[in-house]
Amino acid sequence: MSRERIGASELLRLDAVAMHYGAGENSVTALAGVDLSVKRGELVAIMGASGSGKSTLLTIAGGLVTPTSGEVVVDGQYLRDAKPAQLAAIRRRTLGFVFQDFNLVPALTAVENVSLPLELDGWKRSKARRAALDALHLVELDDRADHFPDDLSGGQQQRVAIARAVVGGRALILADEPTGALDSQTGELVLRMLRSRIDEGAGGILVTHDARHAAWADRIVFLRDGRVVDESRRDDPSALLAAGA
Amino acid sequence: MSVRHGLLALLSQGPSYGYQLKVEFERRTGDSWPVNVGQVYNTLDRLERDGLIERGETDGDGHVFYAITDAGAAEARSWLEGPVVRGAAARDELAVKLALAVTLPDVDPEAIIHAQRVATIRSLQELTRSKAAGGDPDSPEEFAWQLVVDALIFQAEAEVRWLEHSEARIRRLRARTGSEGAARGATASAPRTAPAELPATTTASAR
Repeated sequence: MSRERIGASELLRLDAVAMHYGAGENSVTALAGVDLSVKRGELVAIMGASGSGKSTLLTIAGGLVTPTSGEVVVDGQYLRDAKPAQLAAIRRRTLGFVFQDFNLVPALTAVENVSLPLELDGWKRSKARRAALDALHLVELDDRADHFPDDLSGGQQQRVAIARAVVGGRALILADEPTGALDSQTGELVLRMLRSRIDEGAGGILVTHDARHAAWADRIVFLRDGRVVDESRRDDPSALLAAGA
Repeated sequence: MSVRHGLLALLSQGPSYGYQLKVEFERRTGDSWPVNVGQVYNTLDRLERDGLIERGETDGDGHVFYAITDAGAAEARSWLEGPVVRGAAARDELAVKLALAVTLPDVDPEAIIHAQRVATIRSLQELTRSKAAGGDPDSPEEFAWQLVVDALIFQAEAEVRWLEHSEARIRRLRARTGSEGAARGATASAPRTAPAELPATTTASAR
């Protein structure tokens, strides 16, 4: 496989990524050769039925799983070449995950949850806290910084998770059904916030089974049996929301 | 819905003239349904003929004011309070196209589904974009317009879900029958049965 230098604006590239579980007759193909690129300012939604390969694609893009074949390039770095410590550093510094069930640490306040990945990365506590407060400001939760997750609504918890995903300048947001546990209006608010971060220069993958939510993306890719079967892109890939919306 | 009911609902708030009614109708529905003024005058003529409104004074600018009658007010109330009954879903062009496609040997229904899904998703993206770019959602006009856009968004979403559901059923049927032809042959011999509703015994024998 050729290893071209990828464009500076390209945050993620998957080249012919395939994933097979098991071997021989019992082998199951989760992904059968997927190409995908995510640039800064771009949100790509992945849709598909259960078992189509959506979640596998996200775990591979996030460096949590190494594909059977194909290349994953995150912010210019080939993950296959990365040593475990390097891989962990890429995950801490470049990638932010948002999950359906928020995955906040219940014993930590909102601002502590957001600053945690920075502190794990060696930031001083005071600097990490300032960055976390900035990130909470972006999702309009300044006044909830010192609340524990149990004291926050589902929508607020997911906004904390988005703040955690972008804190410290992390650029690639990987969101797995982020609105799955939220009511319709709250889900839309969370998507607006996610979209704002993208419009400000992050990139993202949004895995969802909900077309209404996928429509916030610039590009929508349909997976079936581990392959891309359809793709829809907006004609005008400019920022969806006015800055600061 | 017709412009007729919309105009009656507006006139139930007080007398008004043609152009004013056009502007108010469009403003209150977020400009989602433009009507031309000729259509408004024709509708007013019919409403007057049916005794639901009556012609009143003409102002200095030549505007003819119309006022609602008791019968018109009752009609407006009945429309606002009653449910909207839609046309039968069976006449939906897309559903009919897909239903026909699964019975035609040289047409791939999945290709129809793919083409439609991309088109519907694209319009969903456009609707979402125009909603996201909208102004202050608390202003009455913007709020009205967003309600209408939301309706279109939810309709498009429902269509995508139906397409996915149909695709899964078609694929499941093919997997069971082992060939596309078997499904189509069975469909042709049992025209009142939707393809994926075939009894298991019929499809099992084709395996």
